[in-house]
Amino acid sequence: MDISLNKTQRDIAKEARRFLKKECPMEFVKEMCEDERGFTEDIWKKMADMDWMAMRIPESYGGIGMDLMDLNMVLEEMGRTVFPGPFFSTILLAAEAIVASGSDAQKDRYLPGIADGNLRGTLAMNEPDGGADTDYIQMAARAEGDDFVLTGTKVSVPDAHVADVLVCAARTESGNDPNKGITLFLVDPREPGVSVSPLPTMDSTRKLCVVEFKGVRLGKESILGERHRGWGTLKQVLQRAQIGLSAECVGGAERVMEIATDYAKIRIQFNQPIGTFQAVKHRCAQMYLEAESARSLLYWGAWAQDYGDEKKAAVAASAVKSYCSETFTHNASGAIQVLGGTGFTLESEVHFYLKRAKGNEMALGDPAFHREQVMGLLQTNGIDK
Amino acid sequence: MDFRLTSEQEDFRKGFVAWLEKNIPDDFDPSRRRSYETEEDLKRAYIDFQKRLSDGAYAGMHYPKEYGGQGKTIVEEAIVLQTLAATCFELRWPGVITHGMAVPVIYTCGTEAQKKMFLTKIHDGTQLWSQGFSEPDAGSDVANTSTLAVRKNDHYIVNGQKVWTSFAHVSDYCLLLVRTDTGSSKHKGLSYLLVDMSLPGIDVRPMTQITGEADFNEVFFDNVKVPVDMLLGAEGQGWQIAVTTLMFERVLGDVVMGAAYEKKIEKMIAMAQLVKRSGRPALEDPIFRQQIAGAYIEVQVLKYHGLRSFSRQLKGGVPGPEGSVGKLLWSEPNQRLTEAALGVQGIFSQIMGGAPWSIQDGFWQFDFLRSKGNTIEAGTSEIQRNIIAERVLGLPKDVSRASIK
Ligand SMILES: Cc1cc2nc3c(=O)[nH]c(=O)nc-3n(C[C@H](O)[C@H](O)[C@H](O)COP(=O)(O)OP(=O)(O)OC[C@H]3O[C@@H](n4cnc5c(N)ncnc54)[C@H](O)[C@@H]3O)c2cc1C
Ligand SMILES: Cc1cc2nc3c(=O)[nH]c(=O)nc-3n(C[C@H](O)[C@H](O)[C@H](O)COP(=O)(O)OP(=O)(O)OC[C@H]3O[C@@H](n4cnc5c(N)ncnc54)[C@H](O)[C@@H]3O)c2cc1C
Repeated sequence: MDISLNKTQRDIAKEARRFLKKECPMEFVKEMCEDERGFTEDIWKKMADMDWMAMRIPESYGGIGMDLMDLNMVLEEMGRTVFPGPFFSTILLAAEAIVASGSDAQKDRYLPGIADGNLRGTLAMNEPDGGADTDYIQMAARAEGDDFVLTGTKVSVPDAHVADVLVCAARTESGNDPNKGITLFLVDPREPGVSVSPLPTMDSTRKLCVVEFKGVRLGKESILGERHRGWGTLKQVLQRAQIGLSAECVGGAERVMEIATDYAKIRIQFNQPIGTFQAVKHRCAQMYLEAESARSLLYWGAWAQDYGDEKKAAVAASAVKSYCSETFTHNASGAIQVLGGTGFTLESEVHFYLKRAKGNEMALGDPAFHREQVMGLLQTNGIDK
Repeated sequence: MDFRLTSEQEDFRKGFVAWLEKNIPDDFDPSRRRSYETEEDLKRAYIDFQKRLSDGAYAGMHYPKEYGGQGKTIVEEAIVLQTLAATCFELRWPGVITHGMAVPVIYTCGTEAQKKMFLTKIHDGTQLWSQGFSEPDAGSDVANTSTLAVRKNDHYIVNGQKVWTSFAHVSDYCLLLVRTDTGSSKHKGLSYLLVDMSLPGIDVRPMTQITGEADFNEVFFDNVKVPVDMLLGAEGQGWQIAVTTLMFERVLGDVVMGAAYEKKIEKMIAMAQLVKRSGRPALEDPIFRQQIAGAYIEVQVLKYHGLRSFSRQLKGGVPGPEGSVGKLLWSEPNQRLTEAALGVQGIFSQIMGGAPWSIQDGFWQFDFLRSKGNTIEAGTSEIQRNIIAERVLGLPKDVSRASIK
């Protein structure tokens, strides 16, 4: 048993912190909120030079084939800076899906481009009637000869407006069982019939879009993985993304704790630093407790994805996602309270964290959804000790 | 990073599980809230079982053989304790302070003679210990200890009162925090004495807890003569010993608690299958499902946080004030967990064990009440948060610590 980061992981984290401190100060985050695309070619290129896009892509497709735990080091740091742009959607949603079940041709077509920073992608999954559940896929992909015709609406699709490829989940057979009849498609958003509209979002560092499919005709070669059996891949991709998003949450939760604590040391009221008052100091202690314990849980979840069996990986992903995302929200709210009136302004940076936290909490299955998943898994599998 | 045991450790675990199946006493019944009705019965059961553990080479895994241990590592100890916690927590209960505090403190700070005198007897079950820190005027403020030990020739004459002393009524020795320097105040001048509880002048009066049990006591000391060679460490260094040694042990405690709580989650799920709501198993109720899953997740947090700290310790790390996180992670979630369990019981939640309609032999009625002590014992939640805020985060000191440099 050894629950500690190895040297490579510590180095990745250190490099990422150094890089993001320089390249992604809060002014940059603010600018990107206003920016329609939400990122710059310049930073994207620099990230590609650091090999961040290549980390999870196999060597045979121009990547380095690292563990999810390794990528988590970067994601935690991104969480600390509320890093804007389509990195998460490209790497954890699109690339993971293509790596998991793409044909050689599909991998050839997309992965090297993603790895070197030339292509971006995302996952079109959520539907208006699914709420925060992840397993509600009803949009139809009707078979017509060898082709499929997609019609319907996907919502909350991150960064679709700057994507070169959408991984889209649709139903090729009707029904409610996610295990049967869901098929994944690779869709070019410039395809006729596809329309992408970004929506104004609370967390404007992460753009969310509505994607409408109006009779979009796709050939067989667009099917990603097996027909009717897309859920297996999607489930795995989602679990990894849940862990990745949780890494962001842990980084963010830790950072807001630091902001609050630093402020509590210097803000004087009643002739003393407000950090002297237990009402404030206990709040800070609670933030530390949650951030640190969330990190411990996160390590388990990430390890379970990389090395655990399927059952462990599933229950851990849901446990981690619900706990870490709620922790981030608690801490961001707590920091605003500690900062008082200052925390309530757009001038302070904490609002970015609160907005991101709330977005992360609802994305990829909300906490209630994941607790229900956990309960179901405990009933079928028992407690894995 | 690797969350697994090595194959040797896994073999050891399996071996112990198999051993335990054969060696668990016949009168131990996990379906009952308690298998042993009286304190004396429980003490006897503890002693017998600890002897078996010792004979089976499973006592004090990480202590040297010359002190009744097994000369293995703390990993084997953790495996043994986790397994015991998940199987027969009750049997080890009278020994939690003995093994969790007395052993590590004596082993790290005791003289050779003290180690020889106590450790083997503790490991083979002959001796039980209690911990006498708290006093009426020194609870959270331990440094306010006023029980006096005045040196007279080759004895200390001890006078004063301790309170909330768990297991004092069944223990043979007490790890007693006393003031040896009468002129001193606060943290200076505190020392540890290893006190034989059969000495004349010691009066132990059990106090009944909200559970109806009497696990803790008031202990009065009236001119008790303790030989000077029962001083632990140097005079005046009691405080430091207390703080540092206990930090090491705390981490092991977190790991063990995680295993014990996992068992409770299983119990809660079984209960929710049994108890009905509107004619359907409570386990089908979405609100209870959320609460049970939430409790399970908090237990995983405790478990993996404990393992992470444990792993840091294995690599030679010295546990620091961040150990307070572990204390908060086993105490507060246990209150939420037991509250959720009573919620599942609904109208049956008032029915005590043994009565008709009682659920799981009143386990949760007891556990709910007992959990209220968790945020008080071993340092209150408020004190833990002060420690985190001041010593980990560097926030300004509270009045209670303003005097500590
Ligand atoms: C939406 C909004 C509208 C407002 N409108 C008005 C207005 O119209 N007019 C006006 O005059 N003001 C207004 N205010 C200001 C408001 O009254 C102050 O923000 C508030 O009194 C707190 O002061 P502060 O922001 O300086 O925070 P601080 O006093 O610096 O407090 C920071 C943190 O420390 C805590 N703290 C401070 N002292 C103690 C203590 N002794 N014990 C424990 N904790 C302590 C606080 O609770 C807070 O969590 C408004 C604020 C907001 C957010
Ligand atoms: C089940 C149980 C078993 C125990 N076993 C033992 C034992 O075996 N040996 C032993 O020595 N002791 C034992 N204790 C005693 C325990 O260590 C004390 O109860 C504990 O340290 C608190 O002291 P107190 O009860 O005097 O409460 P107080 O110190 O009077 O505290 C009362 C309240 O005030 C709060 N408070 C106090 N100081 C501060 C501060 N500076 N900042 C914020 N809040 C503060 C506390 O958090 C608490 O909520 C046991 C207690 C329990 C409940």
